[in-house]
Amino acid sequence: MAYEKGQQLPLQTFRVTRADLVRYAGASGDFNPIHWNERTAVGVGLPGVIAHGMYTMALAGRAVTGWVGSADAVLDIGVRFTRPVPVPDTDEGTEVEFTAVIKSVSEDGLVTFDLTAICAGEKVLAQARVVVKQI
Amino acid sequence: MPLDQSFTGRTYPPTEPYQVGREKIREFATAVGAADALYHDVEAAQNAGYRDVVAPPTFPIVLSFAAMEQIVTDPELGMDYTRVVHGDQRFSYRRPIVAGDELVVVSSIDDITHRGGHDFLTTRAELATPAGEPVVTVVCKLVVRGQGE
Repeated sequence: MAYEKGQQLPLQTFRVTRADLVRYAGASGDFNPIHWNERTAVGVGLPGVIAHGMYTMALAGRAVTGWVGSADAVLDIGVRFTRPVPVPDTDEGTEVEFTAVIKSVSEDGLVTFDLTAICAGEKVLAQARVVVKQI
Repeated sequence: MPLDQSFTGRTYPPTEPYQVGREKIREFATAVGAADALYHDVEAAQNAGYRDVVAPPTFPIVLSFAAMEQIVTDPELGMDYTRVVHGDQRFSYRRPIVAGDELVVVSSIDDITHRGGHDFLTTRAELATPAGEPVVTVVCKLVVRGQGE
């Protein structure tokens, strides 16, 4: 797919539940209890259990590989974590919505995506930028 | 007490080589909900020109997070990890990570600044093969929240 500067990418929505966070803790090795223990999370002043920032970043990676249609296209991915993603103890959990705009397309086929990630109406990432090599 | 800014530029000893396993890649990909064949199916990965399954973009955190123990538990630096917030994260690839890779991590402190009562620590992890082929650079910015209200 040929991208153009300024092009908007379609919305992708990912559901996040407590079970996802437990599975991610095990797979990543990040067992910080604020990501699975309500008592600890509330005790440090959070609204409740929050997603690993790295889980949200992994979803950003999925959004981009989904748009591009290529799982190995990402050359560079960087984000700033601006707000936590609270994950309630319900079957539905919460949702993170991703959109993006193409910031640039280089002559050698590198495409830069500027991502927006929204949870419960708030931006949870800033400066979320992903560079892919165009196929 | 603010972090000692003289730690800027410090590089820690390389980790023991980490063996990137096929099942670990599958486990991580499943945990982030990534069902792409390249992450799971050896044949699909080989058809795409890889030796084995490919790791998802944020997989290197498994190595860099473990390696950062060297920094956060450095008694001389004296970070209070209970006050640490993840600020920024970035992965810059030379090539994808593939199952069967052996990777050594060298962690460094690139910057320490103190402002508004908080410490801002920039760490960098260079992931390379034992032969020295660079694979991924992982930059992580941490905020150590100050004690004062």
